[in-house]
Amino acid sequence: MRTALVLLFLLALAAIPGSALPQRTVSVEQVDDFYVDYPELAPWLDQLYLFDVYSSPWFAAIYLLLFTSLVGCVIPRMRTHLRALRSPPPAAPRHFERLPYSARFTTTASPDTVLAEARRTLRGHRVRTSTDHVAGERGYLRETGNLLFHASLVGLLVALAAGSLLGYRGNMLVVEGDGFANAVPSYDAFHPGAAVDSADLEPFTFWLEDFEASFVEDGQLRGQAENYTAELRYRETPDGPEQYHDLEVNHPLSVQGAQVYLLGHGYAPEFTVTDATGEVVFDQAVPFLPSPEAEDMIASEGVVKVPDTSEEQLGFRGVFLPSPTENAAGELISDFPAPRDPIVTLDAYQGDLGLDSGESQSVYQLQTEFMEEIGTTTALGVGDTWELPDGAGTITFTGYSEYISMEVTSDPGRVPALVASSVAVAALLLTLLVRPRRCWIRVHRADTADAETVVEVGGLSKTDHAEVTADFHAVTTRLRNRLRGDSRASQ
Amino acid sequence: MQVLPVDIADSWSLSALSDTMVLAMIVAYAVGLLLFAVEAAYGQRTTLRSRTPATVGGSGTSEGGGDEPDDLEVRLRETPSQVKAPRHWVGTLGLVVVGLGLVCNLLQIVARGLAAERWPWGNMFEFVVAICFGAVAAFLYVALRHQARFLGVFVLVPVLILLGVAARWLYNEAGPLIPALDSYWIAIHVSAAIVATGAFMVAGSTTIAYLLAHRAELRRAAGEVVTGVAGQLPSSQVLDRLAHGLIVFAFPLWTFSIIAGAIWADEAWGRFWGWDPKEVWSFITWIIYAAYLHARATAGWRGPRSAWISLAGFACLLFNFFAVNYLFSGLHSYA
Repeated sequence: MRTALVLLFLLALAAIPGSALPQRTVSVEQVDDFYVDYPELAPWLDQLYLFDVYSSPWFAAIYLLLFTSLVGCVIPRMRTHLRALRSPPPAAPRHFERLPYSARFTTTASPDTVLAEARRTLRGHRVRTSTDHVAGERGYLRETGNLLFHASLVGLLVALAAGSLLGYRGNMLVVEGDGFANAVPSYDAFHPGAAVDSADLEPFTFWLEDFEASFVEDGQLRGQAENYTAELRYRETPDGPEQYHDLEVNHPLSVQGAQVYLLGHGYAPEFTVTDATGEVVFDQAVPFLPSPEAEDMIASEGVVKVPDTSEEQLGFRGVFLPSPTENAAGELISDFPAPRDPIVTLDAYQGDLGLDSGESQSVYQLQTEFMEEIGTTTALGVGDTWELPDGAGTITFTGYSEYISMEVTSDPGRVPALVASSVAVAALLLTLLVRPRRCWIRVHRADTADAETVVEVGGLSKTDHAEVTADFHAVTTRLRNRLRGDSRASQ
Repeated sequence: MQVLPVDIADSWSLSALSDTMVLAMIVAYAVGLLLFAVEAAYGQRTTLRSRTPATVGGSGTSEGGGDEPDDLEVRLRETPSQVKAPRHWVGTLGLVVVGLGLVCNLLQIVARGLAAERWPWGNMFEFVVAICFGAVAAFLYVALRHQARFLGVFVLVPVLILLGVAARWLYNEAGPLIPALDSYWIAIHVSAAIVATGAFMVAGSTTIAYLLAHRAELRRAAGEVVTGVAGQLPSSQVLDRLAHGLIVFAFPLWTFSIIAGAIWADEAWGRFWGWDPKEVWSFITWIIYAAYLHARATAGWRGPRSAWISLAGFACLLFNFFAVNYLFSGLHSYA
């Protein structure tokens, strides 16, 4: 017990740094930001696994030790308990007065009658009758619950381990009207478990038919999202039937053991770019990400990369404002998340996008080392065209669609984990609420000349509780009242 | 009594009603606190009615015919410690006033839910009000069932501090929920957390009273004269049992609340457990209270030591509730 206590405290202490420092499992970006803010400190912390606390060896060491001590404690207790379950209640102690509760009274009923009545009084107990006493025991479920609780914690740990080995998680953006096929290349980020065959994911596909978002219009909470609904058309297998699902934040799509979630949404402005020769070299929607500082009003940033031009490649950094307005400082900001005459502003670059270097590039970042800034637009509304300087071409903001950010998770451990933790709660209730107790009722002939029988009642309980004492006393009075009824009936 | 105007169902007047009720319950709890303080200071130390059979050598609990000679003898190894606490009629009045405050508290919650057309726990202000409801309800329960009215001061001080903080800094207009909170799981997960927190809060107050009483007993045993509130408290054993009983009630509920939260997180965020700071701290709280339950069954750890563990658990609970939202960024940022 003392070991378990110490390990419990250690586990609680060890969990603390993970809440104070950014964790890779929660957000890789936050860890990267931390590296930028504390370039000296961060590598040291990383050495100590402080950005991966919950998968660190020292955290694992503590909980594995705790579980070892748990198993080491529970298995012998299980054996003892199984033996106790099979054996009858122990015989009465000699001196009842040493028990927490004892009582005695006399009756005119014969010892045999008393013992018979005693057995009936101890209904609900496991009972053993010997020549001069009845032994009763009840409340075995407390220990059963206690052992089951600890066993289900082991079950929970196994389920979590299985989930992290066999499960995977992936994130992606899907623009309204586009589709998605569940395969690794479709994801922007993919985190497989150690035992996952990435080439063999569940072969479902879906299309984002429509997306609606609504927001609070007025008051203190103006701009807060009220509801997101995405209409999905999907197939469980490539040749399966088409089905529909309304995807909402609290209403994921469950398909083939994987879950598809709606996390958030944003805008994908559509651009048409012509090069110096007037040829259309780019015509598509580009997802812009909400900038962290203006996330609530979805002022978004993104880049447009146009590699296939006749001369030098073109690149644009842009800002999309769904509901543009000027703030007090004269800057353009967005003051509502829904689109109301949205605008984009663009910075144009000319040169080498660096796409051919072989290094992988984020689609949300423009590398401008080999590019030259050639100009900045004023605000462009839908349909506006900007003539690039020096006849380099044109870019037209033709419209916008919405996209949703999504996550797919597959965790085979989730149902077993739920079962294990539900069993744990039920078992915990048994442990905390059942009060085991032993009760003995002994008879002997009184020394007096009268045909009297002395009845002794003794009670023992592991939990000190006033109610148990009251229960023992209830046994005594019930037995006495029954015997009175009996003796009256026999008179 | 004036008949309520017809437009009471109008959401404006409902939210106005809910705001009035916040004020009303703060006043009621403050008056209740004052009355309990008067009782603690000026009450007569009285033996409370005991629920253990006080029948040593007596025949008081005979239920059958009384005409026969009754020689029933009962012997208890430990004579049940008599519960003594200061009593004064203002304490009864205090119970009534706090009861009225609880009704205002409930009305406030209902009115706010109706005004916002949703479950009335969507932001910090609403959680605090609901937790105070849970704590005061738990207090009234132990006050009526276990005659633990002497806890009034210990429970109402933190309740009033919380309500003050809520009204001053956390107040928010009744409004709709953000999409992530819009689920029936809010009723299950948050309600369980609120009731458990309320009970933990009363347990924490009782534990503080326990530590005071324990120290007073040690000083008394050393021959000192103990005066003041500490000297008037019932025996530390009684307080310890009461605190344990409350934690035994709250701990499974807290466990359930964590599991319900995990199921909801699985639906809303795509994973049932992700070590979000709020999750981390509810895990820590759970571990500490589990340690308390173990400590109470471990030789050498009973008494003040386990009491301090339980207080550490309560500190983690409070830290989780307040600090985590402001110190760390996480998915529970609304609450």
